[in-house]
Amino acid sequence: MAMTWVWTGMVVLSLLFGMVSGNLDAVANAALEGARSAVDLSISMAGILCLWSGVMEIMNACGISAGLAKAFRPLLRRLLPDASRDRETLAAVSANVSANLLGLGNAATPLGIQAARRMAQGCGGTASDELCLLVVLNTASIQLLPTTVASVRAAAGSRTPFDILPAVWLTSVLSVAAGLLTAWLFSRRRGRRTA
Amino acid sequence: MNLSAYVIPVLLASVAVYGMGRHVDVYSALTHGAEEGLTVLLRVAPALVGLLTAVSMFRVSGAMEWLSGLFAPVLELLGVPPETAPLMLVRPVSGSGALAVATDLMAAHGPDSYIGRVAAVMLGSTETTFYTIAVYFGSAGIHKTRHTVPAALAADLTGFIAAAFAVRLLFGGA
Repeated sequence: MAMTWVWTGMVVLSLLFGMVSGNLDAVANAALEGARSAVDLSISMAGILCLWSGVMEIMNACGISAGLAKAFRPLLRRLLPDASRDRETLAAVSANVSANLLGLGNAATPLGIQAARRMAQGCGGTASDELCLLVVLNTASIQLLPTTVASVRAAAGSRTPFDILPAVWLTSVLSVAAGLLTAWLFSRRRGRRTA
Repeated sequence: MNLSAYVIPVLLASVAVYGMGRHVDVYSALTHGAEEGLTVLLRVAPALVGLLTAVSMFRVSGAMEWLSGLFAPVLELLGVPPETAPLMLVRPVSGSGALAVATDLMAAHGPDSYIGRVAAVMLGSTETTFYTIAVYFGSAGIHKTRHTVPAALAADLTGFIAAAFAVRLLFGGA
């Protein structure tokens, strides 16, 4: 529903701005051009997107994601101590994090939801500190190979579509840290109030 | 011949060899995954048609410039190029919408330009925040989300500022 507002707002504003500035002809052309370029983009992205989805699938089948999940367990045990008491929750969270790292969004979401449901049991519809933390971790991207972005860059004619990787990693680390820090500060403030 | 030319061939070869070593049917895993890539594309393409239409109208009409100008004073203070304001507004709400805005920015300014790179890094290091929150809390039956939204938006905002910072740091400024 939010996108209905965004889309309608953009089209109406474009009409108004086009009328005021008198370049409605160009706006009309832009509408048709935009629709055509969407198909061009989709087709020129398709090959790279499929190739990388395939490579991700091989990595998954090799047990690389299972290995990653194992490697993350000690860290997650520290981050989510209550949830980690339940073995199955910890397993689901680690698998969720490793699937996110590999960019397997379709695999990450069901695993994360499974963990969230277990963590939400018996809390009467209010998110616990740790559940907030899990969701914040999932709203921040921690993908190692942002393949969709690379395919868009390649489609737009970039000479080196993957050269943004270090910048993406640095940005992801900073944004995840900011999210976790904010969540932690909020939970501390509340802890003090109830104490 | 630069180092980055090695990355893709070496990655492909080593994943294939490692997979064979683990007795994985590498080729059918590859094609199965590629099929999944197509379903992703099939889901995104209709949204892109709608959004790229609106985004290119929005840019040509001058509305995009107006919107960027609105946020320019704050963004310049934070070191973020004001052209990326529309991307920052759409990113937390719609994944395909953000993809459309970023594509438009890359087409207008060039994928290897400062603005093009910042847009790509912003897109690659953030998620569709509100969608994720809705899916997780919806399926876990949570009504009181407490500090999740402010914390997630703090992460997004940090990501946007850090994206501009990281691109300036690693590729030189605008």
